[in-house]
Amino acid sequence: MEDGIVLTMRGICKSFPGVKALNNVDFTLRKGEIHALMGENGAGKSTLIKVLTGVSDYIKDEGSIRIEGIEGEAKIHSPQQAQEVGISTVYQEITLCPNLTVAENMFIGRTRGPLVHKKDYEKRATEILRDLGIPARASQELSRCSLAVQQMVAIARAVDMKCKVLILDEPTSSLDDKEVERLFELMRDLKKKGVGIIFVTHFLEQVYAVSDRITVLRNGELVGEYLVENLPQVELVAKMMGKSLDDLAELERIGQKSGAGEEVVYEAEDISSSECRPFDFSIRAGEVNGFTGLLGSGRSESVRAIFGADRVTGGKVKVKGKPVHITKPHDAMKNGIGYLPEDRKRDGIIADLSVRENIILALQVIKGMNRPISRAKAEAFADEYVKALDIKTASLDTPVGSLSGGNQQKVILARWLLTHPQYLILDEPTRGIDVGTKTEIQKLVLKLAEEGMSITFISSEIEEMLRTCSRLIVMRDRKIVGELTGDDLTQVQVMKTIAGGEQ
Amino acid sequence: MRKLFALLLAVVMVFALAACGGTNEEGSEPNGGGEALIKVGIINLDPSESGYREANVKNLNDTFTKENGYEATFVTAPTADKQLEAARGFITAGVKYILVSAAETTGWDEVLQEAKDAGIKVFLFDRMIECDKSLYTAAVVSDMRKEGETAVAWLESLNLDEYKILHIQGQLGSAAQIGRSDPLTEKCAADEKWTIVREGTGGDSWDPNEANKIAKAAIDAGEEFNIVYAENDGMAQGVVEALDAAGITHGVDGDVIIMGFDCNKWALEKLLAGEWNYDGQCSPFQAAEIDKMIKTLEAGKEIEGLNDKNQIISEEKGFDAKTITQTDIDTYGLG
Amino acid sequence: MNKKKNAASGLRQLLIPLIALGILIVFNLIRDVSFFSVEMRVNNSGNVVLAGNLISIIDTASELAIIAMGMTLVTAACGGQDISVGAVGAISGAVLVKVLQAMGGITALSVVAAFAAATAVTILFKLFNGTLVAVFRIQPMIATLILFSCGRSIAYWINGSATPQLTSPIIDSIGKTIPGIPVPTPVFAVLLVALLLVLIFKFTSLRLYTQSVGINQGAARLNGVNPTVVKLISFVILGVCVSVAALIGVSRLGQLNHKTLLVDIEMDAILAVAIGGNSLAGGKFKLIGSVMGAYIIQMLTTTLYAMNVNPVNIKAYKAIVIIIIVVAGSPVIKNALTSLFKKRRPAKAQTEGVS
Repeated sequence: MEDGIVLTMRGICKSFPGVKALNNVDFTLRKGEIHALMGENGAGKSTLIKVLTGVSDYIKDEGSIRIEGIEGEAKIHSPQQAQEVGISTVYQEITLCPNLTVAENMFIGRTRGPLVHKKDYEKRATEILRDLGIPARASQELSRCSLAVQQMVAIARAVDMKCKVLILDEPTSSLDDKEVERLFELMRDLKKKGVGIIFVTHFLEQVYAVSDRITVLRNGELVGEYLVENLPQVELVAKMMGKSLDDLAELERIGQKSGAGEEVVYEAEDISSSECRPFDFSIRAGEVNGFTGLLGSGRSESVRAIFGADRVTGGKVKVKGKPVHITKPHDAMKNGIGYLPEDRKRDGIIADLSVRENIILALQVIKGMNRPISRAKAEAFADEYVKALDIKTASLDTPVGSLSGGNQQKVILARWLLTHPQYLILDEPTRGIDVGTKTEIQKLVLKLAEEGMSITFISSEIEEMLRTCSRLIVMRDRKIVGELTGDDLTQVQVMKTIAGGEQ
Repeated sequence: MRKLFALLLAVVMVFALAACGGTNEEGSEPNGGGEALIKVGIINLDPSESGYREANVKNLNDTFTKENGYEATFVTAPTADKQLEAARGFITAGVKYILVSAAETTGWDEVLQEAKDAGIKVFLFDRMIECDKSLYTAAVVSDMRKEGETAVAWLESLNLDEYKILHIQGQLGSAAQIGRSDPLTEKCAADEKWTIVREGTGGDSWDPNEANKIAKAAIDAGEEFNIVYAENDGMAQGVVEALDAAGITHGVDGDVIIMGFDCNKWALEKLLAGEWNYDGQCSPFQAAEIDKMIKTLEAGKEIEGLNDKNQIISEEKGFDAKTITQTDIDTYGLG
Repeated sequence: MNKKKNAASGLRQLLIPLIALGILIVFNLIRDVSFFSVEMRVNNSGNVVLAGNLISIIDTASELAIIAMGMTLVTAACGGQDISVGAVGAISGAVLVKVLQAMGGITALSVVAAFAAATAVTILFKLFNGTLVAVFRIQPMIATLILFSCGRSIAYWINGSATPQLTSPIIDSIGKTIPGIPVPTPVFAVLLVALLLVLIFKFTSLRLYTQSVGINQGAARLNGVNPTVVKLISFVILGVCVSVAALIGVSRLGQLNHKTLLVDIEMDAILAVAIGGNSLAGGKFKLIGSVMGAYIIQMLTTTLYAMNVNPVNIKAYKAIVIIIIVVAGSPVIKNALTSLFKKRRPAKAQTEGVS
């Protein structure tokens, strides 16, 4: 093995029934570098990572993996073996145990015997958490932490394992800017210590902020490996998508001119839930607005209150001027409101059910249990939306859980579009999704608005919201602190409002 | 919140356990005044065991009442350990008489000795205990062995060419099972025309379903039998269901002879209808006899009419389908 | 294309029960072909009945098959099992007998009325379980443990008698055969319950609701499904199944024994669900799998009987065979088999490509 190289993967191939997920892919990781792995959904990033970390069902068909300090080929047939050879992973979706404490989660499966003093590892965990500035107590139950903190605990766990190769698979998708910056500091620290980091993300800015090198995959094949300074952002996107960037530019123009009708579709006064304080809100026909703010500012909780997802505690709600009671999701649905939740895996998909069943679910519920949608009709509906949204699936009967993240998101989107809602709430519809699909979804939002649908759009990426929304509601500390429209819709103004330095 | 649920669960469980407590104890209240009541402790088997037991428990309950001059405590327990525990409880409570129908024939010596030392008189009813006869005052029992002998003699009187028997035993080790089984097994050992094709037990609860399974197993295995010797009525009924399902005829005009014990009313009706052939009686009414003996002792007299084992044997019959009458059913049928 | 794939994926779930059934059939064919012989006989009541091991299997397994269907639904919706089915069955039987006795004679009308009353009471008890599970979110096994342990005592309180008898041609028609029809009536009861469930799934979207709740309750709720209601419905359906099974059980012997009616059926029912390829953790389910599971269990028992195994020892032999079936259906073995197939297939594809 060459000096300074921690990991080489050569000629990796991996097939699933009907799909060649990886075809002859090479990958090289050097000591002390942050190496971004880029590609659209289905490009093979996740598969490559899973092959490398010994996830069952993901044992490579062909190719070789070599790791510094190990003679010959590294045998990685289980996550344990991967850990033993020094590969640690933090996955996109949190894979910790929610009902254990933070400390237990950091040390589970790593202790040598059953007799480990709780105090000892809680102390150690406290130290690590403090070093990394993670706002969690070691003895706290993990499920009580926010998603962001849970993610950071996962990273802390991986970091503490003295790994040679650290894989971060979409680690930042649930972190706010401050937390991202803290993570980057940590990554740079680790880099200095000689750890090789594989960084998988959809945030282009983050790639350029922290990475040294970029490997691009497309359709399961290697496009190339580049030094960051030699690959401008535009070119990277082009390589990932295999097409030009005109689409994005076009979107920019559409977003600017998008307007709204006069009719107020939804109106709430002093609406509150167990999770959020009372607030007023309204949306007109064809309007696209958004809730923005840092993570934990209460933006998701607010829209959940509108949909009745949490226990509604008060407020007067009118739909198209008529007073209604919305206390549970079913009420909202009957009033033509749809909601795409933030946590796709936990709240969105019914993983084992087919694409078809997932698509018709909401419509079926609105129709009621006693009026089942016939198989033929369900097939037709599903087929229509699979085509319209370009959902990549082997068949309509494929379990939705086996689709890639972006396609799962499209399935949930299809589910709500099928109900023809007059008001659609999209909470982080583009999270963990590749650039191409993101653009598609943004365009779709604007198209739907033009057809008269009201849409509330939430995204962690401010640019995305600026591109699509004509009105932004800014939240801080669970309170609405400002509303921006027209010329105020600039990144600077949003930042100022969030930061509290307005006017 | 979770803790609250756990607490709630615990409360529910405790309630449930209390509600389904194992033994049914019905203590009668101490007498307020008047003449002194005679304190007795009665240990019996679970009334839900069979129609026989139900009648037996009821008979005792109806006899040993306050009106009749008794302060009686009843314990019904299906197993030997629970019964022994109850006996010790009675000794501690200082009853004057203990009445026992034992779940098992052995293991009582120690407790009976303790009772004797404490000056408590013990009466056995329904089932004998294997112990020295000095340990109990008297035993009012059915002679189970005689029941078995009567049944086997009846069977022999049919003069069949061959006796292929499906033998369904009761609770193994109980006096009733041993008494009803032994004459049959002895006969089969002695006479080569007599064979036991298959043998099984209904278990501790003399379970008709178990009997049904044994019969099904025998039928499924293609075994041929022309006699069903079931040691109580319920189990005989269990076998009959299997025969009906398999299209095998039984009873007076059928291919298979059905024999049961206990003389439940419904069973005797089957005899009268010709569906069964024989039912052996086993009288559950021992309370009056014991009551009489206790009253004799209380009057300071000696008990008379005991045999050399201190027993009084209940008169019992066996009924044949060909000779049974409605009057027999009304007179001897249980339930 | 889609349909084909669908059928294939359905078959995959039924692979284990099909193989188990196949092995049992082949084993018996080799052992003794007469195992499969069925003949007509005239029984004591003068009815023509079909007799033979096969008839014995489908007849005896009826209660188990019916309860297994209900158990499948509860398992799918709640991700857990109701272990009180046997005990609540005893309660159902007790109510049935009590009402019949109270009404005097046994007529078709009184049987229907008694069955309706028994079913109503059974559903109430099942709703008690369902409430603990769906509203109070107690683990199903623990919630149903309560009735499991005291259900038979309640049954005794209700009828207050050890083994009440029901002697009537109507009861015989339910538990044995209807005069003129040689097939045992319980077999028709299985078909009836199965048909009822198929119709429910056809004319409502209960299957979709149940599976959604079983797989991802949170997501189902956010799509307007009320998980509590769905779970309660599954318990109500189980209640009906239990009540039917109790009616058959009581009618078979023409007597009620609260201690032994449907005894131990809960474990066999759970086993039937598992053998049928259904996940005990809930979610997707196949009723036909559970029914097959029930018949497999009974066929195994009958085969062992036919081999002259003593009923006392049969549980041990059954356990061995069932361990094999369950292990064969486990993910570890399944994956091993799939990878074995996979290794072969590319090789075959290559040769095809060359030629």
